[in-house]
Amino acid sequence: MDYSSFLQMREEFSLLGVMIFLLIFDIFATENARKYFQPLALVLFAAHTLLNIIPRDAFEVAGGMFQYVPMQTYIKSVLNVGTFLVLLQAHKYLNDFDKGIKKGEFYFLILSTLLGMYLMISSGNFLLFFIGLETASIPMAALVAFDKNNRRAAEAGAKYMFSAVFASSISLFGISLIYGSCGTVYFSDLALIMTNANPLQIMAFVFFVVGLFFKISLVPFHLWTPDVYEGAQTNVTSYLSVISKGSAVFVLFTLLVKVFGNLVEQWQPILWVVTVVSITVANVFAVRQKNLKRFLAFSSISQAGYILLAIISGTALGMTSLVYYVLVYVFSNLAAFGVLSVIEQQSGKVQLDDYNGLYQTNPRLSFVMMLALFSLAGIPPFAGFFSKFFVFSAAIDQGFYVLVFIALLNTIISLYYYLLVIKAMFLTKSENPIELVASDGAMKLSLVICTLGIMVIGLFSAIYNQIAVFGFGI
Amino acid sequence: MNFLSIFVLIPVLMMVGLFASNNRKQLLTVMTIGASLLMIMSATLTYMYLTERAAGNVAEMLFMADTVWYAPFNIHYSVGVDGISVAMLILSSIIVFTGVFASWKIDPLPKEFFLWFSLLSIGVYGFFITTDLFTMFMYYEIALIPMYLLIGIWGTGRKEYSAMKLTLMLMGGSALLLVGILGIYFSSGATTMNLLEIAKLHNIPVEMQRYFFPLTFMGFGVLGALFPFHTWSPDGHASAPTAVSMLHAGVLMKLGGYGAFRVAMYLMPEAAHEMAWIFLILTGISVVYGAFGAIHQTDLKYINAYSSVSHCGLVLFAILMMNETATTGAIMQMLSHGLMTALFFALIGMIYGRTHTRDIRLMGGLMKVLPFLGVSYVIAGMASLGLPSLSGFVAEMTIFVGSFQHTDTFHRVLTITAVSSIVITAVYILKVVGKIIFGPIQDKHHEELTDAVWYERVAVSVLIVAIFAMGSAPFWISSMIGESVIPVIGQLIK
Repeated sequence: MDYSSFLQMREEFSLLGVMIFLLIFDIFATENARKYFQPLALVLFAAHTLLNIIPRDAFEVAGGMFQYVPMQTYIKSVLNVGTFLVLLQAHKYLNDFDKGIKKGEFYFLILSTLLGMYLMISSGNFLLFFIGLETASIPMAALVAFDKNNRRAAEAGAKYMFSAVFASSISLFGISLIYGSCGTVYFSDLALIMTNANPLQIMAFVFFVVGLFFKISLVPFHLWTPDVYEGAQTNVTSYLSVISKGSAVFVLFTLLVKVFGNLVEQWQPILWVVTVVSITVANVFAVRQKNLKRFLAFSSISQAGYILLAIISGTALGMTSLVYYVLVYVFSNLAAFGVLSVIEQQSGKVQLDDYNGLYQTNPRLSFVMMLALFSLAGIPPFAGFFSKFFVFSAAIDQGFYVLVFIALLNTIISLYYYLLVIKAMFLTKSENPIELVASDGAMKLSLVICTLGIMVIGLFSAIYNQIAVFGFGI
Repeated sequence: MNFLSIFVLIPVLMMVGLFASNNRKQLLTVMTIGASLLMIMSATLTYMYLTERAAGNVAEMLFMADTVWYAPFNIHYSVGVDGISVAMLILSSIIVFTGVFASWKIDPLPKEFFLWFSLLSIGVYGFFITTDLFTMFMYYEIALIPMYLLIGIWGTGRKEYSAMKLTLMLMGGSALLLVGILGIYFSSGATTMNLLEIAKLHNIPVEMQRYFFPLTFMGFGVLGALFPFHTWSPDGHASAPTAVSMLHAGVLMKLGGYGAFRVAMYLMPEAAHEMAWIFLILTGISVVYGAFGAIHQTDLKYINAYSSVSHCGLVLFAILMMNETATTGAIMQMLSHGLMTALFFALIGMIYGRTHTRDIRLMGGLMKVLPFLGVSYVIAGMASLGLPSLSGFVAEMTIFVGSFQHTDTFHRVLTITAVSSIVITAVYILKVVGKIIFGPIQDKHHEELTDAVWYERVAVSVLIVAIFAMGSAPFWISSMIGESVIPVIGQLIK
């Protein structure tokens, strides 16, 4: 066997290298050198992101266990950029926290979940997929409970752990049914075997997708989301809401097309219902939220529903729109969470009422927040408008008119609750608004990147067209 | 760089300039220069357009340009104008120009106000120059969303409620519209988003048109105050600050009529024929109901808002008549209503700024203390009730002549009903004018009021001149519009 073929897994190895280097550095560095830990980590991660941004030709490693297609580079780059932004936003929090002892752990945990997502994305076999899924979930539970002195964080960690394990085990049961009915767990073989809609295979599919639906937090597997988002440290929440979700939707699309492509008649109705329910339920609940973290949790569930519109089409157009949507979502949601976290760190305030009159004292932060919310709501000329339009087009291309219509009616509800936040910041006058918030350089950099992303990505079509080159579908 | 794109570029540069300004003087300088440039641009465009037509160019649209934007969806950035768009661009430039002068003393946050105002005008200009469905929809939404903040922050009265109501209803309309647009694109074979090319293909199956025509028409109709989706209009206009009411009633509501004509009817003529009767009844209700609504109001802005519902209803009513005369009248009505409603809102804002009330029961005899504003108000009122030599007359006359060309009972009855709105309009206009302009002074404090200052006079005079110009020399503009409705009408009677 030619072990050198493993070296083709450049993305995974480079990330692993960064991780191990940081771990060793954190353990053995002197107190003085440790001061440079965060800048070094950020530079290394940025280098890792930049080095792996160019797609390569498709290849297979380990007899089809690991399958690479050029599109994966794009989704991994999107995740890298998102993770980089999260790390920038967490910079201040980690510096203030526990005399710096835990910095290394935070980085190591985040990067190992990212590695898990990489494996999940590139897997060509259900076993590797499952390993990836677990590698992405278990460190995540530790991250959620990272703030060990906070009872709510511990509660959220436990909640995440239990639901994740439960979902993974159902998923694993689905995989075992797949193996039982087809006799293989290689994606390429399964695609050939699953040709007729055998009831056992359909059941296997249903059990299997539960694990992914949980990761994407679609209704009815969303119940953990608001509590975990609220309890976890805000930077972890933002990681959970964009990166974890972004990888899972990509994998869901890949599997539906590659493995379950012949069951398209069966899975489209399932996704149809889940989409409608997710968007509607999440929107209705989001209107009632007073805590902004819970509010963004429900908003992210409904955004996941919109992403499903791209998945349900199963076409190359849908694939491109999906990756583009995730890219835009990364910038918009991280901008919103960035503002939230910088305000929370300084003043401890996360209630909607606390944001009354924010524009009087913090005009820039309010402005960024407004852009982010407009982008999430899909208002032009911000990037969110384009990404929403493209997922709608992808769905309508396959004739899902009613679905798109329902989704569009829901955008009005979502606009309503996004406007509630804008109203609090800009319209409502307050006796004692939040004082001027000072953010550190890293946070400022991340917010600038997010703002640029929101304003520019939509207007320059080159990004979408570049992604479209490698789109694939049924 | 295409000549037409400058219309969008100027507001963008204005926003950049505003961003760099530090005080009110600089802000106003930027806004005045920008708005004047837009006026010059539209005058130049009109001149070039007429010269080109006089030279015998019979293309459907002139000054076309096309750049591929999103190739996978056939989205192009394509621009082009015909007589209708030129008329609308002139209107927008006049309203933006006078709007700047009407908000000379805007407070608080003048910088933010003008930034949003400029963003709004990007949407408006872009909408009228584009020939691509996607870009058109994008500009349409760009024009809608600044309204929320403009009304919410700088408005009066129940501003938060009105702002939310207006935004959500108009966004609801645009949701319908988006389904309609995607439907048009995909059922015409998904090969082009260009309006003219889709019209040329003319291949949308009738059974698909039956779904997408009502969606598109209603989507635009919400902005054009189509009954029963007009309810955002009175609250929104009454709460909005002066310049925003002017721009919104003057130009934004025209986006609805323009879009319904250019997109819904042009691209789906068969369904338009089938379903016209439903929408004719609805717009007929708009026309009469709006006029009756105005009689019962006591707030000046509400009166004018209901009158806008009536007049904009007449626009949609006329385009549904589907003949050359009536549709020419519809476009002229857009122009005329835009000018006079902007004049009304400007005057109401100026009166309100002095008397601090808009309740007609608390005012009277303003002519004695505010002669300039009083005379202007009377002129606006006369234009609104259709006095010959003012703009309202030519527009409404053309519409009713066109509508009466249909000889069947259904159209006759509706036309006569709609004509009756002229009488009702006269009732509320004369009632208001008699009450607040003439008659005895109601409030002792009103005797110390001072008349309009120079920037207010600029805004009012420009609008009055435009109304007179259109009313006394209507032929160049009606022939410019008349030529341009022919392709759409041709599509409809095919």
